[in-house]
Amino acid sequence: MNTESIRAAFPILKETINGYPLVYLDNGATTQKPARVIDAITSYYTHTNANVHRGVHTLSQRATIQLEAARKTVAQFFNAPSAGQIIFTAGTTDSINSVALGLAEKHLQEGDEIVLSVAEHHSNILPWQHWAQRHKGKLVVLPLNKEQSVDVTALEDKITPRTKLIALTHVSNTLGTITDVEAAVRIAKLHAIPILIDGAQSAPHLTVNLGKLQPDFFVCSAHKMYGPTGTGILYLSERWLNELPAPRTGGGTIKTVTFDHTEYAEGALRFEPGTPHVAGIIGFSEALKFMSDIGLEAIAQHEQSLLIHAQNQLRALPEIDLYGDHEHKAGVISFNVKGAHPFDVGTLLDKYGIAVRTGHHCTQPLMQHYGIQGTVRASFGVYNTIEETNFFIEKLKKVIKMLS
Amino acid sequence: MTIQEIENEVVEEFALFGDDWELKYEHLIELGKTLPVIAHDLKTDDRIIQGCQSRVWLNAELQNGVVHFTADSDAILTKGMIALIIRVLGDHRAEEILAADLQFIKQIGLAEHLSPTRANGLVSMLQRMKQEALRLINP
Repeated sequence: MNTESIRAAFPILKETINGYPLVYLDNGATTQKPARVIDAITSYYTHTNANVHRGVHTLSQRATIQLEAARKTVAQFFNAPSAGQIIFTAGTTDSINSVALGLAEKHLQEGDEIVLSVAEHHSNILPWQHWAQRHKGKLVVLPLNKEQSVDVTALEDKITPRTKLIALTHVSNTLGTITDVEAAVRIAKLHAIPILIDGAQSAPHLTVNLGKLQPDFFVCSAHKMYGPTGTGILYLSERWLNELPAPRTGGGTIKTVTFDHTEYAEGALRFEPGTPHVAGIIGFSEALKFMSDIGLEAIAQHEQSLLIHAQNQLRALPEIDLYGDHEHKAGVISFNVKGAHPFDVGTLLDKYGIAVRTGHHCTQPLMQHYGIQGTVRASFGVYNTIEETNFFIEKLKKVIKMLS
Repeated sequence: MTIQEIENEVVEEFALFGDDWELKYEHLIELGKTLPVIAHDLKTDDRIIQGCQSRVWLNAELQNGVVHFTADSDAILTKGMIALIIRVLGDHRAEEILAADLQFIKQIGLAEHLSPTRANGLVSMLQRMKQEALRLINP
């Protein structure tokens, strides 16, 4: 993999911050965008923009063709059985809310249980908690195993006759540890319980094969995969494509409407009321092509080598506490400098042009599990280099000295 | 000294560091150690300033007609910022505190901490100090 040519594709990497070249290690929050994604969006608005699906004029047809081509690109990227199973949403959070609202309408009953894990992002807790609080429901929480990843082996014990959904993160956004989702899906199927996989942090780093994994729901965001913000997907299994009540309705979701009755469209369109974020979706599609052109294996290997390199150096520093300290990880390292608040560390690293994230990372229950307020999180992307990793460690050592 | 006089003193002090942010921040860290620390039993949730990524506790009380502040934070840099502001605003009459515009923060090159995206809540901290001053003269 030629990191130099990859870096050249990202205009923002030429920025300097406080006189230092930008070292962007906040990819878990959002990745930067390559020129071809930016160009695809500009080109859409310059040459194509029209509303989709209903126009007979040339531009509308062009826009519709591009939108539906993007759906195919996404389906191929994730090896989904059919493009019709890919619903475009505003992102992971929006996707999970849609599933929660849809399931609440028919599938979930008063007093039912939902199994989550202690490592979930708030976006995969609050929609379920919101439902549970209104329906005497119960959230059942899977712990972490000794490798600090979600303990899927505890799943069997947590399942009761009232368990109606399992919703698990694929990769912890705070720890980077990887959930054994294959095993989780296997157990879920054994008990005929639907399972949702939150792929927000896995899709950017790992090969996700939906045809093989066969979850009921899979969700992720474009902006963490070199695509634009405000776009993401909800993958529905064939069963749910037909059975999940659409949480929102409106233009574009119907066959016929009278004031007495509406006949809804079938498939993905049923879940996409209103004008979709066409430019964003086209940008997303371009981002996935960018990733595929480099190769998901090559990306994963590159990021993994940076992560292990950084982790090994952090392990050697006695002033550092590591969280989720394990080799089987993707993208993310979380740590604290003993005696210092993550805010101090993040603020000082920023002065050296190094962008990391600090705080609870929208995983407060996980913070409570470790008994801490927050962590410093460095997260890697395809354009990061070993030199940047070394610079980060070197400046971190300086910061430790300043704060001691 | 008036608030303005202390502000001028701080500006002169920071001018010694020129553009060297490392020296400036090291000084800020040192200042944190001079913070008049809030009594442990006053570190209650109602004294936590919302909007800070780190926890900040602030107490204000009238002593001989002037507002006396004590505070604490679990972040070292935030401690330094509060120490600096208490040094400027503390032990002045509430009316003086309310009238202070604190231009010195920009002049010493720490204005980045005033931006709303900075989650350190310096802005919330200043607001709270003025609110407390107001509360003490209009109980």
